[in-house]
Amino acid sequence: MKKVLVPLSVVPLLLLLAYGFWTDPRNVPSPLIAKPAPPFALTLFDGEHLKLEGLRGKVVVVNFWASWCFPACYEEAPVLEAAWRAYKDKDVVVVGVNVQDTEKAAKEFMDRFQFTFPNGPDPGGKISIDYGVYGIPETFVLDKAGRIAYKHVGAVTAGVLSAQLESLLQQAPRASDSKGGHDRGS
Amino acid sequence: MTVGRRKWEVEQRRPSRTRRRGAIHLGMLMLVMSVVFPLGAASLEKQVQQIATELRCPVCQGLSVADSPSQMANQMRDLIRERLEAGESPEAVKAYFVERYGEWILLAPKKEGFNLLVWLFPFLGLAGGAVGLLVVLKRWRQRPATTGRASVDPAYLEKVRREMAQDQS
Repeated sequence: MKKVLVPLSVVPLLLLLAYGFWTDPRNVPSPLIAKPAPPFALTLFDGEHLKLEGLRGKVVVVNFWASWCFPACYEEAPVLEAAWRAYKDKDVVVVGVNVQDTEKAAKEFMDRFQFTFPNGPDPGGKISIDYGVYGIPETFVLDKAGRIAYKHVGAVTAGVLSAQLESLLQQAPRASDSKGGHDRGS
Repeated sequence: MTVGRRKWEVEQRRPSRTRRRGAIHLGMLMLVMSVVFPLGAASLEKQVQQIATELRCPVCQGLSVADSPSQMANQMRDLIRERLEAGESPEAVKAYFVERYGEWILLAPKKEGFNLLVWLFPFLGLAGGAVGLLVVLKRWRQRPATTGRASVDPAYLEKVRREMAQDQS
């Protein structure tokens, strides 16, 4: 009896502990994957306006960044700019959403990395909360139908980004999905 | 006897009358208060606070949105207030955050499905412990009863009996 009882109570406990220690508590799976991307309108730093709905039919990279996010945002900034320059003529748009930052610091950051892709602030954090952002930087890749195909937490690398873009560019947008867009709050 | 009872009833009625008057006073006071201080603002803030205590601050370690001074938590509280003001129910506001962040955003897991284990395990453990304790106690009580008699050497017992018989004669 005792020979069975002790392992029977200890082993499941050890397994539970092992599972707990092996999983990364910072890795939170997003419930938004494969769902229509929440729509947003951005007032860019250069005064222009950008609406996500206007980019339907293109593959969109939405990057949440901040000038205080060091080193991850500094690592990925050249990658994003390079991806924008390489893919902007192939139906890809890179959009930067600047989070919890000051305009001055954000503009200095953009100058430093010579950003040419559209960037704008997220006043009140509404866009980031809508996208379930819990850490900066986070990068979402949207397919041509406007659904979130991929989410990357932390500095995105050139390899990951180009692999995602290539595979999404090969997909033809399906007419039935092109409605998309999440009506928030309605 | 009946007189005494009636007296008692009269005494009983008296405080209830003053109580009623007190209730009217309190009601009037509340009416005046609700005109002077807009009650809505206070209860809205209470609701915001209540929802915020149930949500995890995404950029913190094990802190609720209500307890965190971070900018993110501030923005989330503003958003909760905004949504409540727009007429959303507290449940709908929480559902919005769950939709965006997953159930992870709730500090207490929902009492359903697999999560029920978390709520049941403490009680199961307590019940298991109680059963174990009973079993052990039962064994302890049985042990002295069985071992007490058997441990006397029959030869020694025989010797005692013989000597006692000698004493009596």
